Amino acid sequence: MVAGPAAPSRLTARERARRAAQGRVSRSAPAPLVAPALIAVAFLVLPLAGLVVRAPWSRLGPVLSGADATQALVLSLWTATVTTGISLVIGVPLAWLLARVSFPGRRILRALVTLPLVFPPVVGGVALLLAFGRTGFLGRYLNSWFGLTIPFTPIAVVMAETFVAMPFLIITVEGALRSADQGFEEAAATLGAGRMTVFRRVTVPMIAPSLGAGAVLCWARALGEFGATITFAGSFPGQTETMPIAVYYALETDPDAAIALSLVLLAVSVIVLVSLRDRWLRGGSAP
Amino acid sequence: MTHESSDGLVVDAEVRRGDFTLAVSIAAAPGQVLGVLGPNGAGKSTLLAAVAGLIPVAAGCITLAGQVLDDASTGAFVEAAGRPVGFVFQNYRLFPHMTVADNVAFSPRARGRRKKAARSAASHWLGRLGLADLAHRKPGELSGGQAQKVALARALAGQPALLLLDEPLSALDAGTRLDVQAELKRHLADFTGPSLLVTHDPLEALVLADRLLVLEAGRIAQEGTPAQVARQPATDYVARLVGLNLYAGHADGSKVALSQGGSFAIPDHGQHGDVLVAVRPSAVAVSSQRPVASSARNAWPARVAGLTLLADRVRLDLDGQPPALVDVTPAAVAELALQPGSQVWLTVKATDLEVYTHAGRQPE
Repeated sequence: MVAGPAAPSRLTARERARRAAQGRVSRSAPAPLVAPALIAVAFLVLPLAGLVVRAPWSRLGPVLSGADATQALVLSLWTATVTTGISLVIGVPLAWLLARVSFPGRRILRALVTLPLVFPPVVGGVALLLAFGRTGFLGRYLNSWFGLTIPFTPIAVVMAETFVAMPFLIITVEGALRSADQGFEEAAATLGAGRMTVFRRVTVPMIAPSLGAGAVLCWARALGEFGATITFAGSFPGQTETMPIAVYYALETDPDAAIALSLVLLAVSVIVLVSLRDRWLRGGSAP
Repeated sequence: MTHESSDGLVVDAEVRRGDFTLAVSIAAAPGQVLGVLGPNGAGKSTLLAAVAGLIPVAAGCITLAGQVLDDASTGAFVEAAGRPVGFVFQNYRLFPHMTVADNVAFSPRARGRRKKAARSAASHWLGRLGLADLAHRKPGELSGGQAQKVALARALAGQPALLLLDEPLSALDAGTRLDVQAELKRHLADFTGPSLLVTHDPLEALVLADRLLVLEAGRIAQEGTPAQVARQPATDYVARLVGLNLYAGHADGSKVALSQGGSFAIPDHGQHGDVLVAVRPSAVAVSSQRPVASSARNAWPARVAGLTLLADRVRLDLDGQPPALVDVTPAAVAELALQPGSQVWLTVKATDLEVYTHAGRQPE
């Protein structure tokens, strides 16, 4: 006995056309998946919507042009930018080593480099303090030999941000280097190019899209850094009080200012995402 | 070794890649195009990679014009970037982020010429290969044939002393392949150094190469002029490539006893000992009855195992003693009502048998 077909359901003309165009079987989602998905959307989007709704639009100008906000914004922008620059200079070579050179302990090193991605930034701040603090095992000598005190200075901000954000760049670039076709590098070598020339003229240009994406991720992560920064650098307005820290303190004294500053950070994030999508995340090569 | 004094390329080395070992002793004279033919995995690309300096040899040495490129016994090794080599890769490997002009200028620039000199060298080579119009395009905007020529221009622009070509035409469609092949032959003729041309296409090897080297499983199976290799294949692989039936046997004057059974009558040239017999598929005649009166001295029964249509003829795969591949016309297939299982008689003239001793490598 062969099973017959199930009882037919109705298919509207529109649904017929849609399925024919997509050339696949029904994609209408089963109810047990739809409800949780909607809850997830609400959870992610509603708080942001609240931020926009509660924004003190009329006071936005004065609040943001206030000395404190401007100082925090400027500090955040330049420290995040310097962090990205430093990460490019020292992080890309490390990514190259991790991707291309096999040496003992490479896997352990890769795990260590990735660690800041997953552990609490405040722990990073404590670690930095223990290393570079006035009595830290390195900071002690910096202090006694060069009279240099790092904690609670803008340098500490950059170090905290680099500690937390550079791994994003390293991981992105390392992945790109590993998946890049090394045939082009071989070709460059047979054409007479030394290793540095190959790196500069072939390797880097070919991973440029990932390099850009990694730099933007790194910059965005540095801009939002809070835990490591406040632990290692504190919160001196104009010196070490970055935007996220300013938001945190403003919430107690002036909630409207906190919302206004948050909006600015949100806007920056959106801009970063859009630029990422348009320039780098579209798949394939860069325009 | 007789190769030692050569002023061309001499490879007398073993190269290991994992479990695979390539062991060859070859020489290519200046101006000579040495075709390297072989099935996949025979070690053709490994040979090129070793000569280019992309993998070091495990034993032996590679010299170019008497100068050591790699010598496992002394440890001497010239890095890939330091070898005067032009390498045309199978998929060209043109740098996708550079224009055609920058691709071609890459080698002169990397070998120390100034930017301007490198550019003018590039435009010279682009002009010579008829690519001047494409100078500002990116490799992604080129057709297969154009990309192949750009790859050749890029390899030649570095003024190499040695040219390596890895399946240079295999990525092209049949239509453009012949044009590009004719042009490649011209440029190879102009090139004064030795060239190594790797291919798995026998026709390409016969047309482009001055000498042929057949590699099988990391060893040299046969070496000789294209005509020698095509007429007297040394192994089954080569015989299949050039489309001949090949039989191993023992000659005794006017008769060869085949090692797979059966025998051939041959013209008596006083040959004795182990020989190979090559037979063209079109030299064998097929009839439905035992031929009664025939000038052909060899006749044996066989059974049709398969039929394949090849353009204007049909190739029969025949079981018998010995088995054979035979080409007949489609009309003959119809007249003889041939189908798998049909019993037929095969005849071949003794003078159509190419009998030769098994010389894996022809003398220079």
